Amino acid sequence: MTLASDEEVRELKFRDPAQGKALAERLERLTGEIGRAPVAVMHVCGSHEQAIARFGLRHILPRALEVIMGPGCPVCITDVPEVDEGVALAQQGVRLATYGDMLKVPGSAGSLADARAAGARVDVVYSVSQAVELARELDEELVFFATGFETTAVATAAEILRGPPPNFSVLSAHKYIPPVMEIVAEMPETRVEGFLAAGHAATITGWGVFEPFVARHRLPVVVAGFEPLDILAGLVRLVELIRAGTPAVDNMYPRCVTREGNLAAQAQLWRVFRPLGGRWRGIAHVPNGNLRLTDEWAHLDARRRFRIDVSRLWDFAPAALVQRCLCGEIMAGLKSPTDCPLFGRECQPEAPVGACMVSSEGTCRIWHTYGGHPELRTAGEVRP
Amino acid sequence: MKAQLPIGERITLKHGAGGRAMRALIEQVFLDGAETPSGGIGLAAMDDGAALRVGDRWLVLTTDSHVIHPLFFPGGDIGRLSVSGTVNDLAMMGATEVLALTCSVIVEDGFPAAQLEAVQASIRATSREAAAPIVTGDTKVMGRGELDGLVLNTAGVAFTDRVVPDSGLRPGDRILVTGTLADHGFAVLAARHKLDLQGELRSDVAPINSLVREALAAGGADVVAMKDPTRGGLASALHEMAEKSGVGVVLEERRIPLTGPVRAAAELLGIDPLHVANEGKAVLGVRPDAVNRVLEALRAHPLGREAAVVGTCITEHRGRIILDTGLGRRLLTEPEGEPLPRIC
Repeated sequence: MTLASDEEVRELKFRDPAQGKALAERLERLTGEIGRAPVAVMHVCGSHEQAIARFGLRHILPRALEVIMGPGCPVCITDVPEVDEGVALAQQGVRLATYGDMLKVPGSAGSLADARAAGARVDVVYSVSQAVELARELDEELVFFATGFETTAVATAAEILRGPPPNFSVLSAHKYIPPVMEIVAEMPETRVEGFLAAGHAATITGWGVFEPFVARHRLPVVVAGFEPLDILAGLVRLVELIRAGTPAVDNMYPRCVTREGNLAAQAQLWRVFRPLGGRWRGIAHVPNGNLRLTDEWAHLDARRRFRIDVSRLWDFAPAALVQRCLCGEIMAGLKSPTDCPLFGRECQPEAPVGACMVSSEGTCRIWHTYGGHPELRTAGEVRP
Repeated sequence: MKAQLPIGERITLKHGAGGRAMRALIEQVFLDGAETPSGGIGLAAMDDGAALRVGDRWLVLTTDSHVIHPLFFPGGDIGRLSVSGTVNDLAMMGATEVLALTCSVIVEDGFPAAQLEAVQASIRATSREAAAPIVTGDTKVMGRGELDGLVLNTAGVAFTDRVVPDSGLRPGDRILVTGTLADHGFAVLAARHKLDLQGELRSDVAPINSLVREALAAGGADVVAMKDPTRGGLASALHEMAEKSGVGVVLEERRIPLTGPVRAAAELLGIDPLHVANEGKAVLGVRPDAVNRVLEALRAHPLGREAAVVGTCITEHRGRIILDTGLGRRLLTEPEGEPLPRIC
């Protein structure tokens, strides 16, 4: 790839401070017009939280507007039994390939990294195609431990349809986002009044996928991109819809997202995967929230190809620390990382207790990296 | 003060990464029982070097060991790195006229002689560039697998009339950097991982004692703190300076000079350039009245053309660095482990 010139790189269009300030002022005015606090909205995407934290956007958001990070980190919501399946398979001597973030996610008796340290073979790959390439070079079975939302599931589906070598199979922990929004909306203690939906997932599903949700729950949904101005503009639209009492879907990422989405990708996704209910770590049982291989691809399904015995992992008592982890409540938007007694102490990126500290898209990891949310607005304004 | 990090049972790479873990290691293992020279600066100050009173002047002393992969990278090599590292540590204490350097070389059995000669040529050239003569040295060869290729250690001594500590900041002081940041770390990262990034990612490794001399000549006693942002980058250097000085710092991200290729590589790799190492740059704390003089002096020097004022010290948030992104604000944290593979 070619790196752009100085000028081109500096002129990143969607990071203009003046426009950012104008949007923030509009947001302040709109939130004020609603006339109560807090107005709580949720985004369900680690990349949104990354950008919000990276650019320090929380410090220009209205104090009365609470932007909660929901269950938008696929690594974080991979449930303990799913991690256990990977660990058990690796301990049984089957070679595994997975994304780097999955290595440290704790299961009932340790993580894949622990299994690897004890001799199991786990390869880190950056994409499913890299795993397929690796399988082609090997004379043994290779299981791709697949995680991620519909965006990454489409990539897995495409490789499966392309015809991987016979020694390749998939242990799917893929998740599907739209159903979990229903779960959050139905939580009795939820305060969420609207959702900011992830632009990249909507590129595939189309924004139309949220229409039934809006009709059922009478909550607005706005699809937004990932640059600072995308996010601010998305929030402005969302607060407008809340103020107007109009539950509707709006698309603030039209340069990528259409109503129908990517029909070819959807066709591939639903040809390879079927939705199945299952637990999301720390959240709840999510009907249709998991993506599993359809019967047509049973021969590529590691769960059917191997006898995965997770029961022997249960002999290990869960670590006492895990019981104090608040990841679930944090992902449901009910608690903040700083409410957790482990955050930044026993739980650190190098030695995570909860999954939210593992992935670079996890709430706790992002807070840890970007210093949380202290009040910084006025610091240094009166200089001696 | 922040709570001390426990070291744990084993030393890991993060203990060498230049952040809090490394400071905890030094404090808990090496400072135990360390003696402070009377009236001077010793280990306990954890500055860039030591300063001993000799007559009415200060003798500044420092030492540095170097391992790096690859040994040769765009913009430099381990030889240039080892001379620059020690010369720059002396300069950061205010000692820009180097009296002498030492150089020890530990080589692995089987190391190519031609590479060693190339490293030695680079050491000699850099020592001339810095006017820092190498006056003694040592050579050892170790068995295959007992070390990885080549390890260099350099030590240096220099006299100065005034020692510039890294703890002299007070509210209102401005923070300057002497040029673009993160060039070294990204160049080494790209070379090490053979990343297919086109564009000029070149290490900035250089002895900057002559540049610092100009800044000190222009600013005099108004240059109150200096540090070279090596491992851990600007983030670690500023944290250390702010913590020791008891001030907070507001850093303006958009004023921080970065080359286009570094900007793009940082974006692409998701690595914060403020966490990435430099080997030819300095961070200066300067009293407000002297800022323009010092900035002009820096910019007049070939190694300081991109120098910039990037921040201001404040009373609140002691020991914290607040990053103003132009769009909002957040805290700049220190890298906890190695954000990159070993690079210096």
